[in-house]
Amino acid sequence: MAKYAFFLGCIMPLRYPGIESSTREVMNSLGVELVDIQGASCCPAPGVTRSFDQNYWMTVAARNLALAEKMGMDIITICNGCFDTLFEVAHKLNHDPELRKKINKTLRDAAGIEYNGTVNVRHFVELLYRDVGLEAIRSKVKGGKNLKAAVHYGCHFLKPSNIKKIDDAERPHVFDDIVEAAGMTSVAYKDKGMCCGAGGGVRARTPDVALKMTKENLTNMSAAGVDVIVDCCPFCHLQYDVGQVQLKDLQQKIPVLHLSQLLGLAFGLERDKLGLEVHQVKVNL
Amino acid sequence: MSHLAEAKEPNPEFTRKVIEQGGKTVNLCFQCGTCTGSCPSGRQTAFRVRKVVRRAQLGFEEDVLPSEDLWLCTTCFTCYERCPRGVEIVDIIMALRNMAVRKGYMAEPHRKVAELISKTGHMVSLRDEDKALRKKLGLQETPPTVLSDAKMLEAVKKITELCGFDKLVASGGK
Repeated sequence: MAKYAFFLGCIMPLRYPGIESSTREVMNSLGVELVDIQGASCCPAPGVTRSFDQNYWMTVAARNLALAEKMGMDIITICNGCFDTLFEVAHKLNHDPELRKKINKTLRDAAGIEYNGTVNVRHFVELLYRDVGLEAIRSKVKGGKNLKAAVHYGCHFLKPSNIKKIDDAERPHVFDDIVEAAGMTSVAYKDKGMCCGAGGGVRARTPDVALKMTKENLTNMSAAGVDVIVDCCPFCHLQYDVGQVQLKDLQQKIPVLHLSQLLGLAFGLERDKLGLEVHQVKVNL
Repeated sequence: MSHLAEAKEPNPEFTRKVIEQGGKTVNLCFQCGTCTGSCPSGRQTAFRVRKVVRRAQLGFEEDVLPSEDLWLCTTCFTCYERCPRGVEIVDIIMALRNMAVRKGYMAEPHRKVAELISKTGHMVSLRDEDKALRKKLGLQETPPTVLSDAKMLEAVKKITELCGFDKLVASGGK
């Protein structure tokens, strides 16, 4: 069984723990062992932390990478924000010994550890596609419904694509393929690939602007007649789920599932393992 | 001629700082506007990415650092992907934001998030209702992060101190 250091982040364990329980169950059933990183922190969140102080952003991230390195494992995350920070910082530090030396000085003084540049950071969607494979996912599907899904990739799963090298950033397919392998239909909609609106600190600072972007996406998804929005990031998830309550003039609400929860449904997991009761938009699927 | 006489002088010193702090591709921009045309935030607001890059390029510090526009970027990387000149636009925006907060342009909602990270090691809090739901789902009530380990949290706080992040956040950059 492949083993990965499971990076929890913040929004999943503290706001949508159903994503965490679904991820643990689904990955276990697919033969991927998730091991907790004891004492990990926030990745830290790229929107505010990187905007304020890139050196601090890198140092806190390097501590998280160093904890996984001590476990001798690569990191897996189910959040685009955590993926953005950890992947980008690992990319910088794994390729730049001078920068690593500088960051390690602070790490040693503060935490008594150092990062040697050996950890790869994996996003679970990419890991499912490349390592687990669509056939293994298909083989786990137990009947279930064929839902029309609006797949939302989010921004930091694929981009910047020159370093992430997962899929075509303009016309990606890996996430859609997984949703289809789970027995659903991934529906085309206008401007698919547009940002949910939350990132870069925009949700915290100018929530009205963030919601305008969210609304444009929701309008396009509704026009395509979808049953569900499927995301691969708890922050996009929160923006769509809470955002639909904050947008008071919506004609129709669309339930929001993280891919781990959608796979949980498709694999016939117990419903109460999915944590759907905290979703603001009721999930009757 | 009068409008020419009033034109501002470029400030290469500021541009150099942008380059040093990560905006190394800023001078490659030839102002085509692909970025602005691709920007989901600019569709909803008067934010024009192209102008931010131009101001950084010319070193117009007083125009760019206090600007609200700097904070309307969601860092979606669409412009970065599509730029025909390979300008790493998000990196330029990050360099500018790092400088802006040090001039005191730090919004209170952002300051609060930063404070939470520096004090608790997480960007959102652990509430009783979260613990209850975690327990119901069969998860460890308190996640196995810095939230369950005071010594590990101390290490993160020490990084915060050594990087001067605690002071930056407490002072609001002023």
